[in-house]
Amino acid sequence: MKIAVLVKQVVGSESSLDISPDNKWIDESNATFVMNPPDSYAIEEAMNIKEKIGEGEVVIVSMGADSVQKVIREALSKGADRGIHVQTDGTAFIDPLNTAKNIVSALDGENFDLILSGLQSDDTGMGQTGVLVGELLNMSTATLAIETDIDSEHIRVKRELESGWFQWVRLESPASISIQSGINQPRYPSLKGIMGAKKKEIKVVPLSFHETKQQVEKISIPQKSKETEIINTDIDSSVKRIVEILKSEVKVF
Amino acid sequence: MKSLVIIEHKNGVLHRMSREAISGAQKIGGDITALVIGENAESISSELSNFKIEKTIIVNHELVPYYNVDGYKEIIKQVVNTISPDIIITGHTYQARDFMPRISAALDIPFIPDIVELEDSIYIKQVLNSKLNASISSSSDRVLISFQSASFSEEDVIKGSSSSESFDVDLDSSSIKSKSDDPFQESASEVDLESAELIVSVGRGIEKEENKSIAFELAEVIGAEVSASRPVVDAGWLPSSRQVGSSGSTVSPKLYLSLGVSGAIQHVVGMKGSKNILAINKDSDAPIFEIADYAVVGDLLEIVPKLIATLKDS
Ligand SMILES: Cc1cc2nc3c(=O)[nH]c(=O)nc-3n(C[C@H](O)[C@H](O)[C@H](O)COP(=O)(O)OP(=O)(O)OC[C@H]3O[C@@H](n4cnc5c(N)ncnc54)[C@H](O)[C@@H]3O)c2cc1C
Repeated sequence: MKIAVLVKQVVGSESSLDISPDNKWIDESNATFVMNPPDSYAIEEAMNIKEKIGEGEVVIVSMGADSVQKVIREALSKGADRGIHVQTDGTAFIDPLNTAKNIVSALDGENFDLILSGLQSDDTGMGQTGVLVGELLNMSTATLAIETDIDSEHIRVKRELESGWFQWVRLESPASISIQSGINQPRYPSLKGIMGAKKKEIKVVPLSFHETKQQVEKISIPQKSKETEIINTDIDSSVKRIVEILKSEVKVF
Repeated sequence: MKSLVIIEHKNGVLHRMSREAISGAQKIGGDITALVIGENAESISSELSNFKIEKTIIVNHELVPYYNVDGYKEIIKQVVNTISPDIIITGHTYQARDFMPRISAALDIPFIPDIVELEDSIYIKQVLNSKLNASISSSSDRVLISFQSASFSEEDVIKGSSSSESFDVDLDSSSIKSKSDDPFQESASEVDLESAELIVSVGRGIEKEENKSIAFELAEVIGAEVSASRPVVDAGWLPSSRQVGSSGSTVSPKLYLSLGVSGAIQHVVGMKGSKNILAINKDSDAPIFEIADYAVVGDLLEIVPKLIATLKDS
């Protein structure tokens, strides 16, 4: 089975976030970058499927500036077979349809049986690239998979619905599936894996598609919409105030 | 301006976020058409007939009696091509995450998801773990958008009267590539959080499973239901039917009283529509305080037992 995993490099959750002078993104020179955490679950799931079937290939596909080769290497050191880097000049925000079209053209001739992606990216949170790629390649799609049952004969995924509901879905091959975070325990790279990753191939593909349909006009700090009363005193006074709120302001009784 | 609101429903009940989506569409203005798909479409459309919208379109096709991503894509594509809306709107639900990107790619229309606010064709969404907002514009003459929970209030829906009509679609069974089994719950639901008036919510700050008794005791004294954050459910301290958040229930009670919940965005999207939020947390910088009406800084294990005793006395 040939499996592609779409992986993004994002600004880390601990990174400093200074708004850039043009107000359109953050100043990336002060930022730290990591593999998008939800994508690590998709990589692990791809590895598990390949190991279960006993044959196949896991290919890491990432679009972005040259720095994304770092996250591709990280995935290769966990056991993925090779990488495809869709190379941009580092523009921070690329609209998802544009990303998907460039990935589709970079995958030309590959004919993947399965494309896995993370739930969403921690930077822009668009949550759609895997499905867009699937639709553009005329694949069947499913999102929020919290369990997979995949072999050479069939593709079944357990989708997470809202409010504690789930549903099993059978998909035709080829399929593009987004993986819910928490589906598995992503492995750490072994020393041998890290050494081996250095020799694995990363193919660099230039952008072939440039039209963009979404632009960031402005980045801003969210305004707080509520007045918050802060109650930070000794316990007895806090309790007294809470009782008052419950009785006279919220009127719970 | 013409908008198409895609309605979500389950077991004949309209999804709360579809009502919010209509409220948002009314704020945008112009002609609003609602689209209801599936075998329960008729009963849902009768509820929609009380809203101030242009009309409701009903699609009830034997191949798509309930939600199916391939069926929804085909149907919505045909409806969009016929009525030519400028904006296609849904709530940012798990279902919308599933089918909206399909429509985006099939029709080559951008999908701007999880919007919290909008002003004159500028769509504002949270980015970078909700620490910043991005104002996004589109150069396309048609857009797909979804609203984050509680960005618009269902109580603001303007009432009126509207008609409905059925719409014939041309569907072939070969276009339905995925087949779904019936939805199921992992553990039997013991509560209906979504209709609870008052909620006491337990986070990891409760520290030990035994301590959940103080949450239940407080809930009993004020007549509330008990909910939980995901880690509390994952630890097996409370069943998943009590989870609030993006992968649990979305609630909007009169009072949401949280105990030791930090306020991660995945939790907050499920409860920020609450009328009053009282949060108890020992960390004065906890993000939950950003959205709280009352921020009580302190140790819940000391405050809550005293609170229970005081309430019982009076
Ligand atoms: C895909 C995905 C989906 C998710 N879905 C959900 C979801 O539906 N619902 C959900 O809740 N989470 C969800 N999460 C998890 C979410 O990101 C957070 O990890 C979670 O909400 C944190 O739970 P918490 O606030 O209970 O715990 P923590 O973040 O550990 O917070 C505990 C808080 O308790 C306070 N505290 C500790 N001791 C005391 C004390 N004695 N007195 C007072 N305060 C104290 C601490 O200061 C801290 O703020 C999801 C995550 C992912 C990746």
